[in-house]
Amino acid sequence: MKNSWTKTKFIMLMSVLTMFLAGCGENHLSALKPAGEVGRQQFNLMVISIAIMVLVIVVVTVAFSIAVFKSRRSQLGESFKPKQIAGNHTLEVIWTSIPIVLLIILAIPTVYFTFQQGDTTEMVNAKGEPNQDVTIINVTAHQYWWEFEYEHEGVVTSQDLVVPTGEKVFFNLKGADVKHSFWIPAAGGKLDTNVDGVNSFFLVFDDDKAQDADRLFYGKCAELCGPSHALMDFKVKALEKDDYEQWLADMKQIEEPLQADAGDAKEGQEIFNNSCIGCHAVTPTGAGAVGPNLTNFGDRELVAGYLEHNKENLVDWIKDPETLKPGNKMTGKYQLNDEEIEKVAEYLMTLKVDEGTGDKSKLRETKDEGGDK
Amino acid sequence: MAQVKGKKAGFGAVLWDYLTTVDHKKIAILYLIAGGFFFALGGIEAMLIRAQLAIPNNDFLSAGLFNEVITMHGTTMIFLAAMPLLFAFMNAVVPLQIGARDVAFPFLNSLGVWLFIFGGIFLNLSWFLGGAPDAGWTSYASLSIASPGHGIDFYAVGLQIAGAGTLISGINFATTIITMRAPGMTYMRMPLFTWTTLVAAILIVFAFPPLTIGVFLMIFDRMFGSNFFIVEAGGNTIIWEHLFWIFGHPEVYILILPAFGMFSEIFSVFSRKRLFGYSAMVFATVLIGFFGFMVWAHHMFTVGLGPTANAIFALATMAIAVPTGIKIFNWIATIWGGSIEFTTPMLYALAFIPSFVMGGVTGIMQAAAPADYQYHDSYFIVAHFHYVIVGGVVFALLAGLHFYWPIMTGTMLSEKLGKLEMVIFFIGFHCTFLIQHWLGLWGMPRRVFTYLDGQGYNAANMISSIGAALMAVAVIILLINIIKTLVKNEKVGRDPWGDGRTLEWSLPIPAPYYNFAQTPLIRGIDVLALEKEEGDGTIPSAGPVEPIHMPNNSFIPFMISLGLFIAGFGALYFASGKPWAIDAVADLPVRPWALYVLIAGLAITFISMGVRSWKDDLGYYITKEELEADLRELEARERGAN
Repeated sequence: MKNSWTKTKFIMLMSVLTMFLAGCGENHLSALKPAGEVGRQQFNLMVISIAIMVLVIVVVTVAFSIAVFKSRRSQLGESFKPKQIAGNHTLEVIWTSIPIVLLIILAIPTVYFTFQQGDTTEMVNAKGEPNQDVTIINVTAHQYWWEFEYEHEGVVTSQDLVVPTGEKVFFNLKGADVKHSFWIPAAGGKLDTNVDGVNSFFLVFDDDKAQDADRLFYGKCAELCGPSHALMDFKVKALEKDDYEQWLADMKQIEEPLQADAGDAKEGQEIFNNSCIGCHAVTPTGAGAVGPNLTNFGDRELVAGYLEHNKENLVDWIKDPETLKPGNKMTGKYQLNDEEIEKVAEYLMTLKVDEGTGDKSKLRETKDEGGDK
Repeated sequence: MAQVKGKKAGFGAVLWDYLTTVDHKKIAILYLIAGGFFFALGGIEAMLIRAQLAIPNNDFLSAGLFNEVITMHGTTMIFLAAMPLLFAFMNAVVPLQIGARDVAFPFLNSLGVWLFIFGGIFLNLSWFLGGAPDAGWTSYASLSIASPGHGIDFYAVGLQIAGAGTLISGINFATTIITMRAPGMTYMRMPLFTWTTLVAAILIVFAFPPLTIGVFLMIFDRMFGSNFFIVEAGGNTIIWEHLFWIFGHPEVYILILPAFGMFSEIFSVFSRKRLFGYSAMVFATVLIGFFGFMVWAHHMFTVGLGPTANAIFALATMAIAVPTGIKIFNWIATIWGGSIEFTTPMLYALAFIPSFVMGGVTGIMQAAAPADYQYHDSYFIVAHFHYVIVGGVVFALLAGLHFYWPIMTGTMLSEKLGKLEMVIFFIGFHCTFLIQHWLGLWGMPRRVFTYLDGQGYNAANMISSIGAALMAVAVIILLINIIKTLVKNEKVGRDPWGDGRTLEWSLPIPAPYYNFAQTPLIRGIDVLALEKEEGDGTIPSAGPVEPIHMPNNSFIPFMISLGLFIAGFGALYFASGKPWAIDAVADLPVRPWALYVLIAGLAITFISMGVRSWKDDLGYYITKEELEADLRELEARERGAN
């Protein structure tokens, strides 16, 4: 029957596609372009399993196609009487034991990597306190934005996650309102941000892979969390260790809100201080605020997590957040006219942290003071 | 034509007959109509989803509405379409297959179908009463507790009512198959569809109580002020996930096992060959059912249960592949050396093997827990479960519809249209879901109402939407086929496919309302094929013609279900605007009548149950003379036809 051959070809094509497309997708977004150890282990596990599964599909399809092809009544004739066979013990043993062997081949790396990737003992030192020698970032997921707090440095930021390359980056994850899931596909699989407790895991970002992705990976919320679940994206800036620490130091030195110079921005700051500051901090402290921290808003990649970063989009967002992100918690919390919104936007766009002004040694000092070494 | 007895019944009489019937053959029709209706509804919802996702940044559906549509699509397809349609075939076929007069509890059978219908209507009324549930078919607790309005309440109450019906039907079928088999129908002579129905029924009995408990806790939290899932008050949302998946994983086997059963029958009939490795098949079925309860946490690999739990559940999940593989190879061995006739059911069955294998292998890929951290909640998962549920269950439902249509209606669907439908559905199915594997790996999460341009998702989503439209075309062709067939109304006789092997094909079509005038004697496996081989295909009788005890029709199951349906509204609006209520409903207007509606509804249910308990209904007997007259009439009719 022609039908079965079409199917055979179709499935073979799919097998080839699997291999071919493994090199496909975007560098900053695809699980098939792993950017670090964790993602690479998971990718390798995928390749092992796909290889085994393609073997299974090929064997089944070949056997199936022969069976169908040989047994067509149109060829055998109406009078052909099939032999009635109850079964075959040897065959049953064969097709029971071969899959078991294949599964054992898959099970060994599965168990090995499950334990390896689940090992977060490095996060704490002998006394059970956070280990000062590793990077730890506390992630809090909100409807529909992300807060990032750097455990040792005390720096708080939101939406744009900055990570060092070439080392394990540990994350403590929790959900503030409902359950979300923290996913940076290129760096590795996801882990849920439960409302019941903290989940911890680590990811690794290789420096060369970060360069391939222009140092900017995409992050996504992977658990349905309300109407704007689809818009709960974030960006991950993967910097070399030095640049990363410099960024932290730059952030950390901001103890007072940046002052706007004059004009609209200055007026905007006053309006902001009257209407917005209750939820949005403009110094990199105060984890657990109601709204995203805006200290370095002018440096961010996106407005509201998914719009191009420019003033027009920011004005649109402040004017009508409900249309842009349905179900968000900002709608209706303030009353500003169009002119005021323009000014606030002007002010927010000026919130840029001067690069290279922070003192990295100070970052270390605080780090040492806080630690026990 | 026993049920008409010469005179044409009026519409009112037919309607009343179906509202009160306790006959498994008519209840099958009720399941088919209601399940088919909900299947169409879920299909329309699927089309809306694919229309919204066809292009990036689409605003065809709003974000909130999209979440309602995906939630209702999943809930409707699983609870209100797939399971009831399987019950339709179980009801139509299983009692005939084992030589039983009816199911063990005809009254409960009727109660089961009416609970399902009222639960389904209740759930879908949410569209008109303030919005449908929007937390996904899994309805994870933190989001479902936070979801504003009554949408989730419709989900919880609707599923509770429909779920009770399913549980009752599960008990009924398990009892029927264990106790009502004809003499000689030993366990190891039961057709595979009966076997898989038995295992699925037992799975229902064990899997539905966790869902019932979970949903009750949800009802208590949302409607009566308890704190099971409210973390600030000491609750825990992960418990919901466990309860849901302790039910949810066996649920997929409740769906797929009867599908396996139907395919086993179809392969055997249209290959003219007995099932290869029958005892291995039975063993594999039981093993799948058993393992099905030990793997639920593979839906929760990313919840943070820790590496030990993840590793154990990964291994348990892989183990299920072994019995499933046994089944696939035995089916191939069944058609090997057979004489294959490419009828519509057989085409579906043949298409099922490669399609289901592809869904099965991605399932094993997900069992590798660390890799699943990537697949989980991405489009890869959407692709996987549609491959097994559409490629397995829906293919089986469509195959079964064509295959058992003569038994259920006495007519044959057009084979020409059927084959056209099958080809289009097959192409549309692969076109829709194959590409979604890659979408997931490219980083597209599931349950997103839109996606931004420039992420490389555009072409793949368009291909997927085109495939979905093809599947819709196939279903429309099926509808045309059904309508044409019903209008033509060309009756067929016994064993219309010509190669029936099991007992249900030995009966005249339509089967008499009492099924078997004399209890059949089963001399072996594939009894009809055996009797055709060794004689004229007449099934020997286990005894003389004797009066048959029949149950009376009853309106009480309808009333019990109606009472729960009414009580559901009372429970649903009870917390509205109350100071102690959760935030989601605290701002809504107070409904002072809610408590009275709740009490009135429960009163209707309990009074109806009371009437059933205290008023004796002993049924009636069909006399020996009537049976003999029927047999003579039948003989005359069949002689005339020849």
